Amino acid sequence: MPHLLFDRIDEPGLNTIPVYERRGGYSALRSALAMPPEAIIEEIKQSAIRGRGGAGFQMGQKASFLPKGEMAKYLVCNADESEPGTFKDRELMQKCPHALIEGIIITTYATGIHRAFIYIRGEYQLQADILDQAVAEARAAGLLGENILGSGHSLELVVHRGAGAYICGEETGLLDSLEGKRGNPRLKPPFPAIEGLYAGPTLVNNVETLSTVPTIINMGGAEYAKIGTQGSTGTKLISVSGDVQRPGNYEIELGTPSREIIYGLCGGPRDGRSVKMWFPGGSSSPVLLESDLDLAYDFDTLAKAGSMLGSGAIIVVDDSHSALEVMQKVVKFYAHESCGKCVPCREGTNWTLKMIERIEAGEATPMDLDILASAQSQIIGHCLCVLGDAMAMPVGSIVEKFRDELAEEIEAARERANSLTYATA
Amino acid sequence: MSAIDRRPPVPRYAHGSRVPGWDEAVDLEKAPATVPDPALTPVPQQLREAIEAEMAKYPDRRSASIPALHIAQRHHGWCSPEAITQVACVMRLTPAYLTSVASFYDMFYLQPKAAHEVYVCTNITCSLLGADELYERMCQAAEGHDITVRGFECLGACDIAPMASVDGEYVGPLNLDDPALIVEDVEAGRPVLEHKQLRRRAVADAKGRVENFDGLAPVGQEGN
Repeated sequence: MPHLLFDRIDEPGLNTIPVYERRGGYSALRSALAMPPEAIIEEIKQSAIRGRGGAGFQMGQKASFLPKGEMAKYLVCNADESEPGTFKDRELMQKCPHALIEGIIITTYATGIHRAFIYIRGEYQLQADILDQAVAEARAAGLLGENILGSGHSLELVVHRGAGAYICGEETGLLDSLEGKRGNPRLKPPFPAIEGLYAGPTLVNNVETLSTVPTIINMGGAEYAKIGTQGSTGTKLISVSGDVQRPGNYEIELGTPSREIIYGLCGGPRDGRSVKMWFPGGSSSPVLLESDLDLAYDFDTLAKAGSMLGSGAIIVVDDSHSALEVMQKVVKFYAHESCGKCVPCREGTNWTLKMIERIEAGEATPMDLDILASAQSQIIGHCLCVLGDAMAMPVGSIVEKFRDELAEEIEAARERANSLTYATA
Repeated sequence: MSAIDRRPPVPRYAHGSRVPGWDEAVDLEKAPATVPDPALTPVPQQLREAIEAEMAKYPDRRSASIPALHIAQRHHGWCSPEAITQVACVMRLTPAYLTSVASFYDMFYLQPKAAHEVYVCTNITCSLLGADELYERMCQAAEGHDITVRGFECLGACDIAPMASVDGEYVGPLNLDDPALIVEDVEAGRPVLEHKQLRRRAVADAKGRVENFDGLAPVGQEGN
């Protein structure tokens, strides 16, 4: 399998133009600028690359939704990467920022955009500094600004640092934040491609998606589409973390069996333990069990199995942890990060946390599991964005798959609480 | 006064409200602050220039709110009323608007903070690997020092879990002895835990590595 993004990414100096160009960097830009813009979109469409941020929408299709012609249009690169378990974009931006910049220039040329922003989360200070340097370097080399490489295309690129809010990874929340507001998601439609940043048509893409664009141009879309499976083309960066021996970022071909990733690449759980559950696409994805390890890791297979590929972040939980503990951590996070705009999410996340705390306090009965599960189904699909769903999906799946264990936990906690009451009485 | 008004305030957002001061009464006699008068609001020259440079980057000056608040926080140590007023004065916005923005984001402090800050990630991966205990240790170690310790949501470095961000520098994987070392390094003004810095870490994917890498290979992964 070819390594398209991670090939020798540790090479010192790859974050500077001389090394990047020596390795063939910015050659895709030169050939792209010689092509008509529509031909580039056609190549991206042919590659059938699906968005690497989480939703998995085809990039070429998204780009073609943008109105044609001269107007104030924007490209926003989503580098907020705040989905728990995800850290692939961090590695890309830190070690190979010019691939992202090249991808942005090609995409803006193809869509007739002259202003682009990289919205990077505030905590990534090192990566934002590196991007700032790379942008300055590109500008000095005539790759940004007016009349890029004599093509007539001009582009202003700004690196914008966020300030710590999970919700700003949601595309419309991100746009509000970029406009200098609180990062509250917006009602859709209108979708950003029609009315986004400053009410102009806006293309929002993930770092990994944009960084792949130069490769697609170099290889040709049809050739790229031969990698991976039919519905999930190409290679994917995955972030594996949790109870595995070799956590980290890996580049895989989509369709690789999950077992090969978790056991082959990452060495499986430590100390001879076994996999209890795993999140295939960040903490927002419904959990899968050990018996699901033979699923191919691609968008369609995981969706069919009732979960999702999401951002490509695999979190492995071994059998030393209780389902309750995992659920509580997940819920605490979403309750903290809910922006409060929609009631089902704001109240649902906080009440779910309270219900879980009731279990721990020994105040719950097995019936509470039904209430817990039904509360989740009341959240899904009832909010402007999917933050509430992102809690409800894993919680719903944990309640469903570990019901017996949770019921035992409830009984045990009740007994503990009772014995405590009698002891003090 | 009705019976409802006399009920004690319910601490609904005990885990950390996004609206500091939500339980403090509003003084209805006072008029809301308007856009500060430049003639009456002294703004340090350096601060003004930095904020103006940010404003120039965007089609709409309001987009510079977050960068400007970052700058003001660095200058004043926290988003004090004075800092907010100065940003409001330069950006021609109301202090209320900027306070609403600052209170939304975790990285802005509307209360004074210490000179140094340590974020300990306590999200799912880090907590599976013992972050809660690490956080306790970090709090103990920092006691009596000019360091603010916070349990933070996923910082995007689960490969080095459990980890922390010390004044923006990512370090991990940490063990329970590391908090004391972090405090020592911060107090001495040294780079923090150099052998555990994320910036020096090689990628996990074997094909991403090179022989002349100038950093550190992840432990136990050399032969992968």
